[in-house]
Amino acid sequence: MSSFRKNPAKIFVKVRADHLIGGGVRPLMLRTEDGPAMRIDRVTDVREAPSLKAGGQGLRYTCMIEDRRLYLFYDDPHWFIEADD
Amino acid sequence: MDRVILHCDANSYYASVECLYTPEIRHKPVAVGGSVEARHGIILTKNALAKQYGVKTGEAIWQAKQKCPDLVCVPPDFELYVRFSGKMRRIYEQYSSRVESFGLDESWIDLTQAGFTFADGVAVAEEIRNRIREELGITVSVGVADNKILAKLGSDMKKPDAVTVLPPESFREKIWDLPVQELLYVGPSTTRKLARLGITTIGGLACCDSAILSSLLGKNGLTLKAYANGQDRTPVMPVDHHSCVKSVGNSTTPPHDLTTMDDARCIYYLLSESVAARLRKGGFRARCISISARTTDLVTRSHQVMLSRPTNLTSELARAAMALFSDRFASGLPYRSVGLSCSMLTRDDEPVQLDFMGNETRRIHQEQLERSIDSLRSRYGHQIIQRGVVLQDRGYANINPVEDHTVHPVPMYTG
Repeated sequence: MSSFRKNPAKIFVKVRADHLIGGGVRPLMLRTEDGPAMRIDRVTDVREAPSLKAGGQGLRYTCMIEDRRLYLFYDDPHWFIEADD
Repeated sequence: MDRVILHCDANSYYASVECLYTPEIRHKPVAVGGSVEARHGIILTKNALAKQYGVKTGEAIWQAKQKCPDLVCVPPDFELYVRFSGKMRRIYEQYSSRVESFGLDESWIDLTQAGFTFADGVAVAEEIRNRIREELGITVSVGVADNKILAKLGSDMKKPDAVTVLPPESFREKIWDLPVQELLYVGPSTTRKLARLGITTIGGLACCDSAILSSLLGKNGLTLKAYANGQDRTPVMPVDHHSCVKSVGNSTTPPHDLTTMDDARCIYYLLSESVAARLRKGGFRARCISISARTTDLVTRSHQVMLSRPTNLTSELARAAMALFSDRFASGLPYRSVGLSCSMLTRDDEPVQLDFMGNETRRIHQEQLERSIDSLRSRYGHQIIQRGVVLQDRGYANINPVEDHTVHPVPMYTG
């Protein structure tokens, strides 16, 4: 079972990313299973953090998508976002 | 140089990780427990809400549900706990390379270095506590002291999400009034023996006459007295939770209680086979064997015996286990569950002292035979070949103790 636990507030996503020479990862685009692709305009912060809302923990990318802030989590090997209220 | 040692203890570890990953149970009383159907329904850990209802670690799930009908019981997810434990360890390792894991949820960190003060250690403890909460979403209690024993005691004193400082100059007033069983390695049996002398507090132990303690508890008595006086020079060993195997053990709760010596023989052969196979696989021989049995009232007792020679043979383990069982446990039948554990491990490529009376050729042949059985089982499954003794009860014969395993913390006594 491990970290791939589903619940209504946790949306697993597909991610397209740049894997940088220095070892970092820069997510460029994300897509929910049946939704449209969303381009990530900027990543303003990267840190380890829990997601109390979605349930989980991982490397949290604070992403700006069309002036909207969105937390994208990488909980190896899964990517997920928090559902809107 | 004065040492600065932290002990970090994740609060209600399994339950905290479960609550983090499953938001809908976060505000309910939660316990992590084994499977009820297979009679492994024991509470492994519980969150603070469940604790308020009096739910205790080690009790049966049905007992816990009587105290707390709304208790949410979730099965353990060890893969997740191991992974999360690694995340905690990676934070600790940013402060020191000397990090010693004690199970999945506890670690000592040795911060000692030139110019690093005790006050610096307290500041690091606070920083670690905050980082674990903010980065991982669970909480730890941290003890700060100049040795491992006091640091561990400190981490137990204030929970959750707290730092307890036991400075070398003033730890006595903080711990000497505590019950003596709060000290690491003072278990129920030692507590009872000390109580007979009227010693119920750590301070009482610290001030007791050495000769009296020595006659009551042997050399362990003197060690415990030193601990109570804040004297412990045990180093923090840079090991993680699985890199330093100190014991190999198996326990099982069979489908029905053990009521006869034949039942016990059958189960101990099963456990011996599993433990001996794991010893061989790990390249170990064991010098000490310990067996435990839990009564139907859920009271567990254990006894151990030294073997004349280190072994990894099923037959020798089973014989020693049965001798110990008939000596110490036979009168207490029936039992609900039993366990067998081997410690004082040596590498199997170390030279062995032979004796004139022993039949070493037979032992070598026996080991070759058992390794062949290991090979058969790894290729075709555990049930492909069985001992006659375990076939007398089909219920027992279907048990596969190799699949059951226990995560043992690395003991502090090293070397």
